[in-house]
Amino acid sequence: MNSTPGQESESLVSVRNLYRYFNVSGGWLDQISISKGKMVRKVEMVKALNGINLEIEKGEALCLVGESGCGKTTVGRTVMGLLSPTRGSVHYRESRIDTLDRKGMLPFRRKMQMIFQNHHASLNPRKTVAKTLLEPIRFHQPELSLPEQRDKVASIMESVGVDAGWGARFPHEFSGGQRQRISIARALIVDPEFIVADEPISALDVSIQAQVLNLLMEAREERGLTYLFVTHDLSVVEHFGSRVAVMYLGRVCEVGQVGEVFSEPRHPYTQALLSAIPKVGGEKRRHVKLKGEVPTPIDLPSGCIFHSRCPHAREICSKEAPELVSAGEWTDVACHGVRENWF
Amino acid sequence: MALLSIRNLEVVFPLRTGTIPAIQDVSYDLEEGERIGIVGESGAGKSVSAFAILNLVSQPGYLSSGSIVFEGQEISNADDETMRRIRGNKISMIFQDPMMTLNPVLTISTQMEETLLAHTRMTREAARSIAIEKLRAVQIPSPEKRLEQYPHELSGGMRQRIVIAISLLTDPRIIIADEPTTALDVTIQAEILELLLALCNDYRMGLILITHDLGVVSQISQRILVMYAGRIIEQGNTREVIASPAHPYTRGLVGALPEMTRPGRRLNQIPGTMPSLQSIPTGCPFHDRCSHVTDLCRSHRPDLVSGSRRAVACHHPLTG
Ligand SMILES: Nc1ncnc2c1ncn2[C@@H]1O[C@H](COP(=O)(O)OP(=O)(O)OP(=O)(O)O)[C@@H](O)[C@H]1O
Ligand SMILES: Nc1ncnc2c1ncn2[C@@H]1O[C@H](COP(=O)(O)OP(=O)(O)OP(=O)(O)O)[C@@H](O)[C@H]1O
Ligand SMILES: [Mg+2]
Ligand SMILES: [Mg+2]
Repeated sequence: MNSTPGQESESLVSVRNLYRYFNVSGGWLDQISISKGKMVRKVEMVKALNGINLEIEKGEALCLVGESGCGKTTVGRTVMGLLSPTRGSVHYRESRIDTLDRKGMLPFRRKMQMIFQNHHASLNPRKTVAKTLLEPIRFHQPELSLPEQRDKVASIMESVGVDAGWGARFPHEFSGGQRQRISIARALIVDPEFIVADEPISALDVSIQAQVLNLLMEAREERGLTYLFVTHDLSVVEHFGSRVAVMYLGRVCEVGQVGEVFSEPRHPYTQALLSAIPKVGGEKRRHVKLKGEVPTPIDLPSGCIFHSRCPHAREICSKEAPELVSAGEWTDVACHGVRENWF
Repeated sequence: MALLSIRNLEVVFPLRTGTIPAIQDVSYDLEEGERIGIVGESGAGKSVSAFAILNLVSQPGYLSSGSIVFEGQEISNADDETMRRIRGNKISMIFQDPMMTLNPVLTISTQMEETLLAHTRMTREAARSIAIEKLRAVQIPSPEKRLEQYPHELSGGMRQRIVIAISLLTDPRIIIADEPTTALDVTIQAEILELLLALCNDYRMGLILITHDLGVVSQISQRILVMYAGRIIEQGNTREVIASPAHPYTRGLVGALPEMTRPGRRLNQIPGTMPSLQSIPTGCPFHDRCSHVTDLCRSHRPDLVSGSRRAVACHHPLTG
């Protein structure tokens, strides 16, 4: 796996050969059908993750991008221990954490925080904002005095652009973007080492985005905070990320240093993705359209998972799944065509 | 005559801590086939101004004044029956949060079929085939299978595409879309924007698009409205406004884009935060964050003054 240039790497989180399936065949009775006079049981699985490997180094911001439904949230939730893997493992420093129970997970809970994509579900509607923010401090840092706790809440609210006077209000009394800032504040308040941020700023307007991104970048510089950052906004990736992993149908198809991937995308999917970025004020960019539709993760294509939509696919692509191999100085790509230089 | 004509909308929220004027004096027209983009600071009133059109402002908020004329008919005081016929039929709304549209305990097929059957007389089979057609239009793979699933079994982006498919079911005259593509990746976003664009062109459908993505606005809408602290502070042709913003807030917004700064550098922020709607300062609501502030700005609120194509609420609009 490639690392950030010029730095001795120290892996903080590693995800090894991760698989996660979801059973979607419904109840036992739904699974039974009669075929040619025989009873058959059919189990259908959504194959959300299909062998993901990621090394997240201390202090880096690894961005995860890819088509909707490709498994980004599932990676984040599995890393956080909110979902257990079907196969594979998750490690935090030297500890394997995916097999821990609630109690075993406790020491990691404060170090690892998640900002959820669905911030409506993540804030308790019956708690005021001040209460939502005080609770994690009380739980994780009981040594702080009450005034210290209050100060901390006030300063974190200010830093995410939330008016301190809002403390007495409930989540439903805020706009979408205001609520999202509150959930960001909640993740930052316990001084974590590692944050999984699932679309943390996509509900925010540009000026607040800038404010929150600056805040997250400062936390990274000053406290060495490490991020797994899921986003659809590629201009944010380019600005904020140190490395980027591009996913397609539960696999990583390209991973590398942000500057390199953006200036020279190698995987055909990455090329299509980068061409679809809407340009501010500018002319419409020629957007590389992919043929066909996204295959369903219930019946994964054989061979390379992308072959049915790939403009460069050859016979081997439908037969053999390409491995992630080094393709540029700081980039790994899983593509037969890139490895063998067809295009 | 405009398809939709909105004049002086005002929505207030009476709260324990005092009454919040969420939007004030919001006026604009939407022509057939026209695409308008609404941008602005989080909390500025973009969603509320859209909800108000369909009488969907959440409790305890209400439309305290203003007029809304749709296809020549005043609907701001329409009865529930009339609103039900318009809402989700002639005017569809795509919400920022897909779970506001989707019922978590019903399958997608039930929800889509019920929507159709509520507005049109047809068989369940016919409704089902329209549902499948619309799911295809928003690029949902294996729609027949997805129809049988529940919302929590779908990814965030898939849920949003289903909501968009639902909004298209009845071939509406206007779609009001509140951050419709925020949860989507750029390739699907591009497809959906193209789909909306085609609907506007082919069926003269009007589109009101709320988004904070200036790239999306540039690509989709002919006209842009910029909101701040509950009011429209600038409006005009999208390209022109983005290329040369006249209001200092709009300029700050464009300047805060990541594209405007080298990677890894601190992004430009607009100093300060938007005032709480309960304590909007006197004069221009933006004055304490503005680098061009004068005494006039502190004492008098500027009206939205329209030139030929551009309107701006600023005593000292920027030029060039
Ligand atoms: N149910 C409510 N009770 C009290 N205040 C509310 C309620 N709903 C909205 N508001 C207030 O009305 C104002 C406008 O909210 P609105 O949701 O329209 O903002 P927005 O511009 O859509 O922001 P965002 O970009 O974050 O979605 C906000 O300041 C918000 O706090
Ligand atoms: N609880 C569940 N039951 C069944 N299927 C699920 C469940 N959670 C996720 N999935 C499926 O797993 C796949 C990956 O979903 P995931 O939410 O990780 O996607 P994502 O990349 O985060 O997408 P988005 O960008 O739209 O948020 C999808 O096909 C989704 O339908
Ligand atoms: Mg997701
Ligand atoms: Mg909103």
